[in-house]
Amino acid sequence: MASNNKTLLWLHSGGCGGCTMSLLCAEAPGFFDALQLAGIDLLWHPSLSQASGDDALALFDALASGERALDILCVEGSVMTGADGAYHLLPDGRPYSRLIEAIARRAQTVIAVGTCAAYGGISAAGDNLGGATGLAFDSSLPGGLLGADFAARAGLPVVNIAGCPTHPDWVLETLALVARGELAATDLDRLGRPRFYADRLVHHGCARNEYYEFKASAEAPGQAGCLMEYAGCKGTQAHADCNTRPWNGAGSCIDGGHACVNCTSPHFADPGHPFQSTPKIAGFPVGLPTDMPKAWFVALATLSKSATPARVRANATADRERVAPSISGRVKP
Amino acid sequence: MSRRVIGPINRVEGDLALTLTLENGRVAHAEVSSPLFRGFERILAGRHAQDALAIVPRICGICSVSQAMAAVNALEVLYGVSAPPNGQKVRNLVHAIENLCDHLTHFTLFFMPDFAHDAYRARRWHARAASAFTAQRGSAHAPMLEARATLMRVVGLVAGHWPHTMSLQAGGVTRTVSATERVRLARYLALARRYLETTLFGCPLEAISALSTPAGLAAYRDAHPHAQFALFLEVADDLDLYALGRCDAPLIAACAYPSDDGPLSDALCWQDGKPTPLDTATISEDVAHSRYAGEAAHPFAADTLPLPAKAGAYSWNRAPRLAGAPAQTGALARALARGDALSHALMRAGGSNVASRTIARVREIALLLPAMETWLASLALAEPFAVPCPPIPLHERAEGLTEAARGMLGHWVTLEGERIARYQIIAPTGWNFSPRDAAGVCGPLEAALAGTEAPDAQALTIQHIVRSFDPCQVCTTH
Repeated sequence: MASNNKTLLWLHSGGCGGCTMSLLCAEAPGFFDALQLAGIDLLWHPSLSQASGDDALALFDALASGERALDILCVEGSVMTGADGAYHLLPDGRPYSRLIEAIARRAQTVIAVGTCAAYGGISAAGDNLGGATGLAFDSSLPGGLLGADFAARAGLPVVNIAGCPTHPDWVLETLALVARGELAATDLDRLGRPRFYADRLVHHGCARNEYYEFKASAEAPGQAGCLMEYAGCKGTQAHADCNTRPWNGAGSCIDGGHACVNCTSPHFADPGHPFQSTPKIAGFPVGLPTDMPKAWFVALATLSKSATPARVRANATADRERVAPSISGRVKP
Repeated sequence: MSRRVIGPINRVEGDLALTLTLENGRVAHAEVSSPLFRGFERILAGRHAQDALAIVPRICGICSVSQAMAAVNALEVLYGVSAPPNGQKVRNLVHAIENLCDHLTHFTLFFMPDFAHDAYRARRWHARAASAFTAQRGSAHAPMLEARATLMRVVGLVAGHWPHTMSLQAGGVTRTVSATERVRLARYLALARRYLETTLFGCPLEAISALSTPAGLAAYRDAHPHAQFALFLEVADDLDLYALGRCDAPLIAACAYPSDDGPLSDALCWQDGKPTPLDTATISEDVAHSRYAGEAAHPFAADTLPLPAKAGAYSWNRAPRLAGAPAQTGALARALARGDALSHALMRAGGSNVASRTIARVREIALLLPAMETWLASLALAEPFAVPCPPIPLHERAEGLTEAARGMLGHWVTLEGERIARYQIIAPTGWNFSPRDAAGVCGPLEAALAGTEAPDAQALTIQHIVRSFDPCQVCTTH
């Protein structure tokens, strides 16, 4: 019986494998069940398949030539384009970048998994000796390996599931939508990210919201206050739903006590300042909350600082919340 | 005589290719190649010292916490700070979760699927191996991933997420643990213990740790025929994996999981059947057959100068050497370092081989979970989990060593002021999958493959040997 299932090939190039490792943290359902329930057959994955060596190369060639059809190509890791692709070669000496390109031009839908595959990411940071780039972006500029005008056969541009790492649900829900034909170009933002998570800000749902309201700031990572003013947190600018879609059960970077580094952004790896400190001009952070006029931020920050409750101020620089909110109403004698 | 390149080798972390020359059905010559270079040592140069905590976890998605711990250990020397007991224990907990989950992932998803291969269908254990471990379809996979996800909830709660947390810092951790959170964490560990005792081992973890002789191991195997570890032991006996992939290089390990009660295992160099101190001053990396310019140098003196088209070079991995010679690293070295009687007996019987390396790795799971329970129970919740890291570094250079799941990981950091001037990394698979050096001496895997019986270059025996080192190639070339 012919299967109506969609086929998926997963390739890994200039990355750390962490998006796959994160994907294996998926719960209820787990990774293999989620693919099955989405009607997706995994043809090959570098960490998870039986086939090695010649069998894998034969599959790649059949997909690259079009002899075998492919519905979904996922690429994890950036594409290494430096020195004619010599920084990542296939065992037969061909550049991996050419294999990715050939299969991308045959696949119905192409998905960049993680900030490296989307924009170059951490692999493209610094002097970028290896010429690391994204599939259809080089940092925030359209282009990359496949070019600014690339659209896969089914019509979508490269779907950029940015994140370092990606949340398992971002990947599995994107795959499920693609398999159902329910992801349209209008469901992607201008950086190619699925809007179902990228139209949110990390700030939304941040458990430190009260500290943010009063600009009651932690002075170092590990303190309970808002991490924006001193500790480098970019949650008010970062496009992701990390504080409304918990990680590994109940976590987020900020709940873990450290700054959001805006890892879904093309520029996150080269912030131009130490990751754990906030650059400022005239005492105010350079990076303001998204869509907030600077004058209003300055005015409100100044006002709210002067209105900070003693409890919030005391807790902000403590290693845990030591002063509890008071209980309103009269105390009976 | 035939020479051919095989790859990509699936079910290893990252990219790997082998060039094998076969002669009369045996491997006459092996070259191990790491085909991907990214350049993290160059990415780190010029950054603020503390930026290492954001960057180095991203070297590797499977050893992310280990990379962070190596940086933390270096930064604590550079800044002259050390974590209070709570901070050390939470760091150990997070690090041990990563390493334990790595062992589970390696065993279930990477290593055992090779025994599900059709080539073994005549073996009496094949139907059981195929049903449980066939890639993507095996019945063992979903329950393992569920147990793994439950363990990762510990990291989610105390460190935000896995991989790539920035919660582990010089001076401790960025989050305290409350009494109610400790209850929740203990429940996650209890669920994981239940999985391990019913599915992987079929008996209490303490009974696995207590195994001290090969005869005891055989008795365990016979008494628990439905346990996954017992299935591996049956396969190992039937295929004589004790005679496969022997490697006689010295075994090295760094201190693992330090705490105020002492580490789980200490640094060691196991050589000629006895323990000797690990002298990291004698470490060097040779680049004669690696795609880099330069000469062999200690990592405090080495630079990263890639040469993609270098003649005679076949790997992006360099050739780490201890006192000029190759060394191997991994769970077996840690077991020897902590005086594990069974590992010592297996070493005396057949050295480091596919079976002894795998047995040490899987049995370490039974050691780690009770250690986590102890660290968690002994947290003094009202006490600090961190001390402030001083703003200015005290020292100009430092070495940070730790144990990743697959062995010793080292970072060598040199600062100019607050900035990183030089950052050199030697990963465990860098040691194990080293290419040849200037003297033509081959690396541990190359030595282990030489002489192996193999009807063709893609033989399963070759793949068993490769995977028995639990390689991580993304760390290796970083």
